[in-house]
Amino acid sequence: MLAINDVSIEDTFAEAFPMTAARLVVTAETAGWAYTAGQTATGYAASVIGCDAEAGIERPLSADETPDGRPGVSLLFFAFSRDALQKALINRVGQCILTCPTTACYNGLPVVKEKSIKLGGNLRFFGDGWQFSKKLEGRRYWRLPVMDGEFTCEDVIGTVKGVAGGNFLILGASQAEALAAAEGATAAIRNVPGVIMPFPGGIVRSGSKVGSKYKKLRASTNDAYCPTLRGVVQSALPEGANAVYEIVIDGLDLPAVEEATRVGVRAACRPGILRVTAGNYGGKLGPFHLHLHKLLG
Amino acid sequence: MLVLRYQGTTTIPVEAECITPDNLAGKSVTEIATLPAQHGNAQAPLGEFFHVEGDASDCEIAIEGDCSRVKWIGASMTTGRITIHGNVGMHLGSEMKGGEIHVHGAAGDWVGGEMRGGRIHVRGNAGHLVGAAYRGSAAGMRGGVILVDGQAGNEIGNGMRRGLIAIGGDTGDYPGVSMIAGSLFIGGQPGIRLGAGMKRGSIVLLNSKAELLPTFRFDCVCAPVFLRLYLRQLRSWGFPLPPNCNRDLYRRYSGDLVALGKGEVLYRQTQPPAELAS
Repeated sequence: MLAINDVSIEDTFAEAFPMTAARLVVTAETAGWAYTAGQTATGYAASVIGCDAEAGIERPLSADETPDGRPGVSLLFFAFSRDALQKALINRVGQCILTCPTTACYNGLPVVKEKSIKLGGNLRFFGDGWQFSKKLEGRRYWRLPVMDGEFTCEDVIGTVKGVAGGNFLILGASQAEALAAAEGATAAIRNVPGVIMPFPGGIVRSGSKVGSKYKKLRASTNDAYCPTLRGVVQSALPEGANAVYEIVIDGLDLPAVEEATRVGVRAACRPGILRVTAGNYGGKLGPFHLHLHKLLG
Repeated sequence: MLVLRYQGTTTIPVEAECITPDNLAGKSVTEIATLPAQHGNAQAPLGEFFHVEGDASDCEIAIEGDCSRVKWIGASMTTGRITIHGNVGMHLGSEMKGGEIHVHGAAGDWVGGEMRGGRIHVRGNAGHLVGAAYRGSAAGMRGGVILVDGQAGNEIGNGMRRGLIAIGGDTGDYPGVSMIAGSLFIGGQPGIRLGAGMKRGSIVLLNSKAELLPTFRFDCVCAPVFLRLYLRQLRSWGFPLPPNCNRDLYRRYSGDLVALGKGEVLYRQTQPPAELAS
């Protein structure tokens, strides 16, 4: 049995699947407004089970790292298809970034023409005929007149086949200890480039299983990990476990998700944690299997 | 790299359209020396004007000497790099589609006339009609970048449709005349009738205030984000820019209202020191 800091690591794997991903670079006059725009644009984007996309803030960007020399944030978005991602991005950028004071929006990935999304090229119609475009070094930017000046948005956005659904579960002796360990894990994962944790604060308390006794539901509570059901269901909880938190990771590629899992699990292994495990569907859902022992051994 | 050393003494113009990386790559020194150039009303071999040495297979050409009587260098080139150590004559990079031309000296009229792509960087002054449309043509420059660190003459960007022209110093009259679109940056003092007849496009004055035609209307004082993209890119190309020009406010005017009126003139509201910082 593999153990880190006396926390046992279950010999299992997380099952991840491919999703179309995009990276936006959002800038503003201040880091605060850039963060506000990023936070709003990635809101209500925890899981494609109930949202149009999974999204999150990858990291803040200093003025030296952005195209226009202003502070910004890097955002990652994931959806099941390029069409779905385009629809989500147009809505989200149109409602949450275009509307936010002083912002501008740029592509953060290489553009391959047949795999790109038309973002500024669709949002430009908001300019009602007063929009202008500028082409610099092969990249087209749309300038839309708005009430505080102009909204600048890049014409097309590149996409890649990303990896979504990387995960691990932290089984703690108490809710406080499990939450502290999960917070430590998310803090460590935030230093890994190319990944986001789309759930609130990066942590999920309502892990789900596929299906339900109710026919209309595609997913329902993961009863095997609910402490209050230990006595009435076939529980997966070890003795003494009273709270479980899950970390879900989406990344631009498999190595990024693997690295995030590695640093996240290590950070979570602290006193009060009994076990770390991962969620899978028997290998039937996704082609990417992240074996905990292989990653951490 | 192929080296062409100018050895001509003629005052009659030499038209050397054959000097492009596309054309010279793969040719021997002897073949290059025998390529035809137009000398006045007669043809003459290129070797009569240039000492040729090296190899152009890497699409790199260096030209040395005062070539101010040599026209059409780099015309219609699509790739590679030409570096000119000295002055160069008219029609440099005319209708070029790609590649780079660097001039460590001054250039004559019609630099990048109707160019489509690529980049020309003149470290000294340039003549009239930089990036302009040839007479009778519907549009001038349609893409690419022309940088002139020094001054330039009249009708800069006449009829330009796309692309970027940046002049570090003063310009003659009618800069941006009849612009269809594109961007024109001027670091010094422009001549009269700036942007006359422009339909779309941007003229940005980095260091001066121009007397605009009455057919331009004041819009607002602003700090356009797109300018930061351009200024950052210009700086990365080594173009001399006034300090802090990416943080200052600009006065925006719309015009020319005798044409479509969707063009803009932006000039820095704060008058900075005249000193330019590279």
